[in-house]
Amino acid sequence: MLDDTDVTVGGSGGKPSEEVTGVVIRLAGDSGDGMQLTGNQFTAVSALAGNALSTLPDFPAEIRAPAGTLPGVSAFQVHIAGHEVTTPGDAADVLVAMNPAALRAELPKVVPGGTVVLNTDAFGERDLRKAGYDVDPRDTGDLEGFEVVEVPMTSLTVTAVKELGVKSRDAERSKNFFALGLLCWMYHRDPEGVRSWIRDRFNGKDQVLAANLTAFEVGLNFGETTELIPVTRVVPPVVREPGTYRSISGNTALSWGLIAAGQLAELPLFLGSYPITPASDILHELSRHPGMGVRTFQAEDEIAACTAAIGAAFAGDLAVTTTSGPGLALKAEAIGLAVSLELPLVVVDIQRGGPSTGLPTKTEQADLLQAMFGRHGESPVPVVAASRPSDCFDAAVEAARIALAYRTPVILLSDGYLANSAEPWRLPAVESLPDLRVGFATEPNHTAPDGTPEFWPYLRDPDTLARPWAVPGTPGLEHRIGGIEKADGSGDISYDPANHQRMTELRAAKVAGIAGTVPPVEVQGDAEDPEVLVVGWGSTWGAITDAVERVRAGGRRVAHVHLRHLNPFPPNLGEVLADAPRVLVPEMNLGQLALLLRSTFLVDARPVNKVAGQPFTAAELVVELEKILD
Amino acid sequence: MTPPPTPVSVAAPGRDRGPVPGTTRADWQSDQEVRWCPGCGDYSILAAFQFALPDMGVRREDVVVVGGIGCAARFPYYVDSYGLHGIHGRAPAIATGIALANPDLSVFVVGGDGDLLSIGGNHLLHALRRNVDLTILLFNNRIYGLTKGQYSPTSEQGKVTKSSPRGSEDAPLHPLSVALGADATFVARTHDMDRAHMVETFRRAHAHRGAAFVEVLQNCNVFNDGAYAEITSKSAREEMVIPLRQGEPIRFGPDGSRGVVLDPDVGAVVVDVADVAEDALLVHDETRDDPGIAFALSRLAPNPDAPTPMGVFRAVERPVYGIATSPGPPPGRDALGALLHSGSTWTVG
Repeated sequence: MLDDTDVTVGGSGGKPSEEVTGVVIRLAGDSGDGMQLTGNQFTAVSALAGNALSTLPDFPAEIRAPAGTLPGVSAFQVHIAGHEVTTPGDAADVLVAMNPAALRAELPKVVPGGTVVLNTDAFGERDLRKAGYDVDPRDTGDLEGFEVVEVPMTSLTVTAVKELGVKSRDAERSKNFFALGLLCWMYHRDPEGVRSWIRDRFNGKDQVLAANLTAFEVGLNFGETTELIPVTRVVPPVVREPGTYRSISGNTALSWGLIAAGQLAELPLFLGSYPITPASDILHELSRHPGMGVRTFQAEDEIAACTAAIGAAFAGDLAVTTTSGPGLALKAEAIGLAVSLELPLVVVDIQRGGPSTGLPTKTEQADLLQAMFGRHGESPVPVVAASRPSDCFDAAVEAARIALAYRTPVILLSDGYLANSAEPWRLPAVESLPDLRVGFATEPNHTAPDGTPEFWPYLRDPDTLARPWAVPGTPGLEHRIGGIEKADGSGDISYDPANHQRMTELRAAKVAGIAGTVPPVEVQGDAEDPEVLVVGWGSTWGAITDAVERVRAGGRRVAHVHLRHLNPFPPNLGEVLADAPRVLVPEMNLGQLALLLRSTFLVDARPVNKVAGQPFTAAELVVELEKILD
Repeated sequence: MTPPPTPVSVAAPGRDRGPVPGTTRADWQSDQEVRWCPGCGDYSILAAFQFALPDMGVRREDVVVVGGIGCAARFPYYVDSYGLHGIHGRAPAIATGIALANPDLSVFVVGGDGDLLSIGGNHLLHALRRNVDLTILLFNNRIYGLTKGQYSPTSEQGKVTKSSPRGSEDAPLHPLSVALGADATFVARTHDMDRAHMVETFRRAHAHRGAAFVEVLQNCNVFNDGAYAEITSKSAREEMVIPLRQGEPIRFGPDGSRGVVLDPDVGAVVVDVADVAEDALLVHDETRDDPGIAFALSRLAPNPDAPTPMGVFRAVERPVYGIATSPGPPPGRDALGALLHSGSTWTVG
């Protein structure tokens, strides 16, 4: 998907270079080949070069699937551009394939005429057989129409690295740094940034450090001297709002949003978590920050992770539990307890393909209805979703705001794509972030018939319907709460029928009332008289945004609403939907938001669904939009 | 938008608040009607607990009682302190969160054999092996009471209940063996017929830093009446209760005529003292680092029809979970700004 090109002479090694406004690069190899590391590092230097970018890591669930086979292929796609981008790209302009399996698995994702860089050392007879090739694809018509660059990456790496006294088996492992060097040369990336990162990352492992540095240099030099790549490409920096930027992944942004919420609420942050893909990186990141008032508790299971967080919330922490779909199912009963206890709790679900173990490393949005309804009894829980990697920060702050202000569990939905995808993020000014302080109860709030002051744990704030948060250690406010139905006000055990009706309605009204603090939805694109309104939520934001712009560029009137708040919905959503002649709802599930919109607003919301473990591409949504507009 | 409530600052718990005010049993009795069956062993355990609390030197506001689900787990409602009645089996995990969030609290977990050894067995193991600063009281009546009489994980094999009309097939768990297997640092047993022993055991368990585990033998007069009658009734005790006293040879029975020795092939065995040399008797040492001998003692009476050790089986020191890793308070917005700007960033404009 190369955008416009403009060839000039100059650039790397005196070779001619051409300016392109954007390029999509896909790196693929064995899951042990370090493709994610290479991709992330290329992304990092591209971010520093001022490019807009979006990434799509795409790796198998196995740590080391059988080498050289199709299931073992690990890929990383990055879209770098001189203009804003919202997706990792429909297809790759450049594929770097470290072996035949990577070529076979990934070639369909390359644009016609695209560049395919092959590590020819990995094209032996056995390698070809493992990839399911009877004949070397270089000798058939398979690669016709592509610009093929054959580079003996392994042997060039081994020859150079062996001089350092590294065994050839270990030397081979540096070949991804050769590929990184070659890519940096092809796209005029500043090698110094990579060098200092390698020194930092492998500090203390002298031989590995030297081997990787050497491989990187060899890759750079190969580019300089080879005749195989006649033209290098320059992607200019994007014009951006002034500010300080960094590259951030969804899971890091989400972790930092939680850390931020702790500062903004002036409360210690407690994370109860059990390792699960693709949420574990949040546990890892938060574990690094005890200095920010963060306690992480790696529990014995998902249920303990959630119930320990509930205990911490009772004791006055900002409590969080992180998981993915299977873990959310396990936490369901505990979340119901938090609904009943009316304690603040942020439950993070990094969705993955399901049901059951499903596709652990692949993305999906199929937990929306589980988040909404996956508990017994009438158990309303606010649901908030993040739309892009950097947005995970704001979504986490918002989830914490609702949890604290309303003393309720809140489910924050992200997904595997957002979790691992990265983009540049303009850092917010910390003074602009909201005040999340809520304050604990310190005084009795009720008077007993005999005149004694007493504390009623379920006496509600008339505006928010939130109950007071009195933490253990506060004298005079000793009280007992539990999962048994409580009398309105006093919180004593009550089996009174009318009381249960009242409490059920109060809990529902409390959550519904959050809508009053939610900003109205903003309509993007053609807010006036659209031919179709696209309603999305979560990580489909990028693909929808891109697709809507493309269709609008073709002269059609398209509006786009992207929902941060899924429960309760923003107050004006019904109006916006009623004004649209057609409503299209793209989701990575079989129509869960569409179902909610239909049942809530009696609107003919038409689902567009994809459950392939991969995000929508903008091109796919353009097709759907054109269909509905026909 | 509703304006956020005015923040109220609370002095951190653990602040210097002067001497702990004296309390009596009545100060620890909540206004809630106690709803156990008349004659239930839980009444005497509750009374002993409320008698023990004034001796523990704790403030009412610093005590949190956490229950799961079951008859025993209703305990928090009846103690006038902070309390949380959670969901089935999860009390140790809830309590772990409370203890980690505020290490100055005295956190008690109360549950039955079903709550803590069946659905919550996993959480019990992990709270014990981590050595979380909790006092865990397991009321063992060897039956499911609140669900009206099914066999429990501690029911003896062959027990006939509603769900085991032909006798239960399951081999029972022995709570103290389980606790010792999880390397619990404080392990004790007491019973619902001896208030003084319960009071002293609860006091010691609370004084222990780390996870303290107490099995309380408890009668369920509705579904498993006489569960421990052969041991704990006043007339049986002399013959059937083996008191464990630190540093003393383990003896019991009339005039201390019986005792416990360690047999290398069998483990701990009960003997007539007359049959062995007195110095062959096992000298009780709860501070042994190796839990092996305590474990052997925990296997001495697999069923409640044989002489049963009562008292503290093990009391050793280990670092309390979470103390060394306690995070500081949240440092605030400036530190957040520094975090956001850490590492590789670039500036535009």
